[in-house]
Amino acid sequence: MLAFVVRRLLFGVAVVLGVLGILFVLFFQVASPDDIARRALGEKARPDSIEQWKANHGYDRPLWPWQDFEDNLLFHHYSTMLSFDFGASDVDGAPISQRIREGAGPSLALTVPAFAFGLGLAVLLGLFVAFFRETYIDTTGVFLCVLGMSVSILLYIIAGQYLVGKMLRWFPISGFDADPAVLLRFLALPVLISVLSGVGSDVRFYRTVFVEETGRDYVRTARSKGAGEVRVMIRHVLRNSLIPILTRVVLAIPFLFTGSLLLESFFGIPGLGSLTIDAISQNDFATLRVMVFVLSMLFIIGQIATDISYALVDPRVRLE
Amino acid sequence: MAPHVLSNAIVLLLLVAAGFALRFVRGNRMWRDALAQLWRRRRGSLLVIVAFLLVGLLDSVAWTGGQGQDALAAHEARTVIDRLFQGDREASYSAPLADAAFYGGDPLAAPGGHWLGTDILGRDVLHRTLKGARVALMIGGLTSLIAIPLALLFGISAGYFGRRIDDAIFFLISTLASIPSLLLLIALIMALGKGTWQVCLALGITSWVGLCRVTRGETLKLRELDYVQAARALGVSHGRILVRHILPNLMHLVIITFVLMFSQLVLSEAILAYLGIGVDGSWGEMIDQARNELSREPIIWWNIAAAGSAMFTLLLAVNYVGDSLRDILDPRTLRETP
Repeated sequence: MLAFVVRRLLFGVAVVLGVLGILFVLFFQVASPDDIARRALGEKARPDSIEQWKANHGYDRPLWPWQDFEDNLLFHHYSTMLSFDFGASDVDGAPISQRIREGAGPSLALTVPAFAFGLGLAVLLGLFVAFFRETYIDTTGVFLCVLGMSVSILLYIIAGQYLVGKMLRWFPISGFDADPAVLLRFLALPVLISVLSGVGSDVRFYRTVFVEETGRDYVRTARSKGAGEVRVMIRHVLRNSLIPILTRVVLAIPFLFTGSLLLESFFGIPGLGSLTIDAISQNDFATLRVMVFVLSMLFIIGQIATDISYALVDPRVRLE
Repeated sequence: MAPHVLSNAIVLLLLVAAGFALRFVRGNRMWRDALAQLWRRRRGSLLVIVAFLLVGLLDSVAWTGGQGQDALAAHEARTVIDRLFQGDREASYSAPLADAAFYGGDPLAAPGGHWLGTDILGRDVLHRTLKGARVALMIGGLTSLIAIPLALLFGISAGYFGRRIDDAIFFLISTLASIPSLLLLIALIMALGKGTWQVCLALGITSWVGLCRVTRGETLKLRELDYVQAARALGVSHGRILVRHILPNLMHLVIITFVLMFSQLVLSEAILAYLGIGVDGSWGEMIDQARNELSREPIIWWNIAAAGSAMFTLLLAVNYVGDSLRDILDPRTLRETP
């Protein structure tokens, strides 16, 4: 077991280093410091102002260690990122780590309820559709799922804001407030849209899992012992489907922190999604780099946690 | 070479390739049966896809000259679709099938001629919607042209040769898969710059990993099968085994993944369009532009309705065909990846 954990952790560390490598190639080699400076200052910026900008933002070093072993961007990139010293935004010089800390709360306030409701609804609907498998209810359910999956999230948001926010006036169209009672009204619509837009693919996934389980021997045994179909679905099928459900849940957790890029921006929620979108529109490469790194870190940690918990539960996993 | 000549050549190439593919399918029992079954089950969806393909092709065949009203326009290459909608550009918005302009009520250049109305610049919405079909198909097609060879190359060599090569490729795909895909996509486009090629390249780089995993796993299984072992024992070269025995047994996975990937690609492009880094002329761009028009008084709904329903129709048809294809070609191994 210990060997497995150590091996898994080492692989995780290697992947983190790999992610940093990809980021370096993208944001220093493909988009060179000169490109970044030119995007910040405009195409026709003078060479000396580009040099000045690079010096101000710490880009005035050679890229690779073989150009200057003591002082190069590669080592600097790895050492600052790995020590979580994220530095300042390229645009306004604000400290990035503070921004991330400030943005995490609003993002979680949106994504956690959306995720919880979405998961509950999807599992329930999945069970329901699987219960009526190979009937008209099942076919209709799957049809509705595919229907829901074929609509762009942009349309969900625009239609939701228009119908619920503008015509019915049930909830405010956008905004954010620290006061929980007010916040609830602001968050209701984005949460609803998030649940609606994601539920189609989730239900289909869970239905596949459940239907596959219902074909197993233990289900037949349970039935032959006289268990009713409802009991079979809930006590046996749902329980045994927990592993695929859990995998999906654990892998989705890091995305709770990302927030939803589009929802946050449409509904004016000052979270990490808005931070990322602002970074894109302002060509703030420093912030973008940090966002990608932090979220990849969370994702990798989530994967390692899943693998180790599997190994704890199922000894066969350790041998693979 | 002028861009429209290149585009015409590509259309010709595609038609020839499609002809060969059709001949192959008719000569091969398994594929012929699969296609016949698909046709029986999903005739409507297939026809919808064919219609979109046709529009896309008609919008790719272009030539210069024709209509002499505008000296500048006569030198511009226009596609068949463009030629169907020539001339009547309005000053600004007009409602579907209207006789007068939306604001002010001035008479239109083409009264009743704009079936889906015009947008803020007076362009025909039906025209733009039809042109969007080509963009959507191009996003799917170009991206797959990048992603599928990449995935096959890495997936097969990892699965077949194993050991060091497998370790290296497994590490690469684990690393790429550890970056949340939307963020990787954004990072790639920010680094590469904006534009159709860049977006397709970025989409290709983010989407090959899934197919690579599938092909790697399947190759691992195929490698151990008796006929592959027998071929090796008989001294058949690696290259020949890969081409004769491994690759044909992966093709169904490639096709299923491609069809299921297609709708994801178009949906991702819509998100990119909102972020301002999408492809010019896409439905995503139209929806993004139309977003503020809903708050005008009276509202401009035809823009977003046209782009939204075109996208929805194509994706629904593609999703349906993809589902059926999966059931027909591979009822067991390929489950939905989370």
